[in-house]
Amino acid sequence: MEVEQLQRSFLEYIAALFREGFLDGQFSQLQLLQDESNPDFVVEVVSLFFEDSERLLNDLTKALDQQNVDFKRIDAHVHQLKGSSSSIGAHRVKNACITFRNFCDERNVEACLRCLQEVKQEYLLAKTKLEALFRLEQQIVAAGGAIPILDEFS
Amino acid sequence: MSLEVKPMFSSSSLKSGDGFSDQFPVGLRVLVVDDDPTCLRIMEKMLGNCLYEVTKCNCAELALQYLRDNKNGVDVVISDVHMPDMDGFKLLEQVGLEMDLPVIMMSADDSKDVVMKGVTHGACDYLIKPVRMEAIKNIWQHVVRKKKHEGKDKDFVNSGGVEDEDQKQKVFEDGDYSSSANEGNSNSRKRKVEEDDDAEERDDVSTHKKPRVVWTSELHVKFMNAVDKLGIEKAVPKKILELMNVPALSRENVASHLQVEQFFHHNRRVDSITRFMGPPNAAFGNASAFNGVDIQGLAAARQLQQQNLAAIQAAALGRASTKVSVSLPSHDNRNIFNFENPRLNNDNKQIDLLHGIPTTMDPKQLASLRQSASTFGHMNMHVPSPAVQNNPSMNQMLQQSRIQGLNGQSLNAAINSNHVSNLPANVVQSVLSTAIPSTVLGRNGIGNVQGPVYTSSSVPSSGVGLITEFPSNSFSFLSNSGTPAVTSKGMFQNMKSEIRGPRALVPSHGAFNELNMNMIQDWGMQNAGLTFESPLRSNMGVLGISPSTLVQQGFSSNSKNVQGQSKSPIVNSSLSENPLRNEDERIPNTGFENGLFPEQYIQEDDLMTALLKQQDGTGHVEGEFGFGGFHLDTLPQ
Repeated sequence: MEVEQLQRSFLEYIAALFREGFLDGQFSQLQLLQDESNPDFVVEVVSLFFEDSERLLNDLTKALDQQNVDFKRIDAHVHQLKGSSSSIGAHRVKNACITFRNFCDERNVEACLRCLQEVKQEYLLAKTKLEALFRLEQQIVAAGGAIPILDEFS
Repeated sequence: MSLEVKPMFSSSSLKSGDGFSDQFPVGLRVLVVDDDPTCLRIMEKMLGNCLYEVTKCNCAELALQYLRDNKNGVDVVISDVHMPDMDGFKLLEQVGLEMDLPVIMMSADDSKDVVMKGVTHGACDYLIKPVRMEAIKNIWQHVVRKKKHEGKDKDFVNSGGVEDEDQKQKVFEDGDYSSSANEGNSNSRKRKVEEDDDAEERDDVSTHKKPRVVWTSELHVKFMNAVDKLGIEKAVPKKILELMNVPALSRENVASHLQVEQFFHHNRRVDSITRFMGPPNAAFGNASAFNGVDIQGLAAARQLQQQNLAAIQAAALGRASTKVSVSLPSHDNRNIFNFENPRLNNDNKQIDLLHGIPTTMDPKQLASLRQSASTFGHMNMHVPSPAVQNNPSMNQMLQQSRIQGLNGQSLNAAINSNHVSNLPANVVQSVLSTAIPSTVLGRNGIGNVQGPVYTSSSVPSSGVGLITEFPSNSFSFLSNSGTPAVTSKGMFQNMKSEIRGPRALVPSHGAFNELNMNMIQDWGMQNAGLTFESPLRSNMGVLGISPSTLVQQGFSSNSKNVQGQSKSPIVNSSLSENPLRNEDERIPNTGFENGLFPEQYIQEDDLMTALLKQQDGTGHVEGEFGFGGFHLDTLPQ
């Protein structure tokens, strides 16, 4: 049956995301927070994350492009990105931020540029995967099914 | 856990005694401050799921302003550490100084230095991001703790029936408990003497109604000073009493306090916990049982024999030592003076030990904080009109709207009601004085208060009823946001839990619980361009304000400088600055009040029921402590 297939695909997909470290337990927490009164909570929060992250990444790019790099500012941005990515469970993005911050401390522009690239890449990956996940969800709902929750990782 | 369904305004002696509603911590008013929108939204949802009333803010300055303008409108503040406009620690300090509210810090930064900084600056707790539900569920403890030590400077609290044995509060006050505790501890002759005295006095106490003493932080400080002066050996209640020189205090009070200290302080759990004799519901019983002592069990302890009590204490200690990171000295009469924690145990610094964060606060710092806070408290109490105090929620809403209106943008519907942008303080005050529940009274600004504030139908009826004079108000309280969410509470909630406020006016929590959380609470998140421009009669009545309001800086996601864009000079104006003009406003508004109550009551009950049903389903603090307290009957004897 289509719904079941969709649900299975969904579960497999999300399980893989957890396995590969794209998502962690915090994402499950978000899923658990979602309820009938806020049926789109996860999508909402993740969308907020996307918006905010893109802004931060832009700011970071600009900041690293300056003559005199303001490392404090960069650190603040990265810190925030770390906070928000950890809050939604974007595990790899968070890790990339941690690495980034370390190089910030060293005030190493080159290394920071590399880190920024890394963070951007992880971010894009996470975004792609989450969007695919949400699409699957939509398909399930459209087919009349319920979105299964994988809670082994919470 | 099943909560007793009670009409919102029934007063039980316990409730009035300890100042918390039966529903507590439902409706706990939380202000969460974080510049990260993702985290802010998540926090809002989590807090909402705990049935707290959430206000979110992404700017520290705004948050401070909000707090200033809504004295007593917030119970606890949660703030991020790293914020662009103001350091979270600075906010922490300010809040501590000005409002003396419990502040919880949070950050993705878990380095020890930062955490330590939080602790030393007086944070009640420090949460590491990503914050989990379990942490959120516990925050109400800090409110209670703080409140209990707040120095309600009353010496006597009458909570009906002095000798009501079921009243847990009594356990720690009066001579009753002390006498039985004495029996349990007696070793020295001194104790025996006291025991005899207490035994006699207990009889007296039981026959005479005695006002109960609340051990405020001031009293406790005096107590500790006296004890110190006397030295361990000589610190007998009689002498302590003399040194304390508090006329209203009796020897038994001191004696029982001594016992309390002895019993509970082993666990570094200051009066805060022991003081907290929550309402009879089990959650609180367990909540207070931080050190593993079942409060109800303690009440029963009075009737126990000496041996039982000793066993309890030993067990409590045993429990406590496993729970607490402090190594407890063996239980003996001297332990009371051994605590490592600062004397000023008025613990807003008593960080929840379950979090494993050490709580050491410099007593001086605390003292100074406390003093300045209490000074502030006094000042703030007197300067604004009393009406303000009575209607914190209205203040809150009004302020919210003011702040909102600063940009002249109308936020979405819910926020619109907050747009009392050009409201001068006096209007606010006058509105408040009429004690109209949760509708923002706008004099000048509330031109086009449009838009729904609440989803729930119950709210609008009460709110709308007041707004008869708001022609331009299309208060379509019913929003389409779907089913009401439990969490965000509007001002109604505030008023309800506000002790001083005219409780009758406040619709039940339930009303707000039903409100859909999605209903905006984000000021500025959606640019609803509301501007209260048209002059309105002051008796407009107060608009219902969305339960969870986002006090945001600039109302557009990028602007960070609300105050700079202020249209009205409201930003710095506190209610106290403007003279009150109650008389005008009050009269026309009273009509509203009278008409409203019956409706409200009816709705409340329904909502309450609904709310409670919901509550049953949600988690409780009860399970959060890791242990359910122990009960006397299970103790080995």
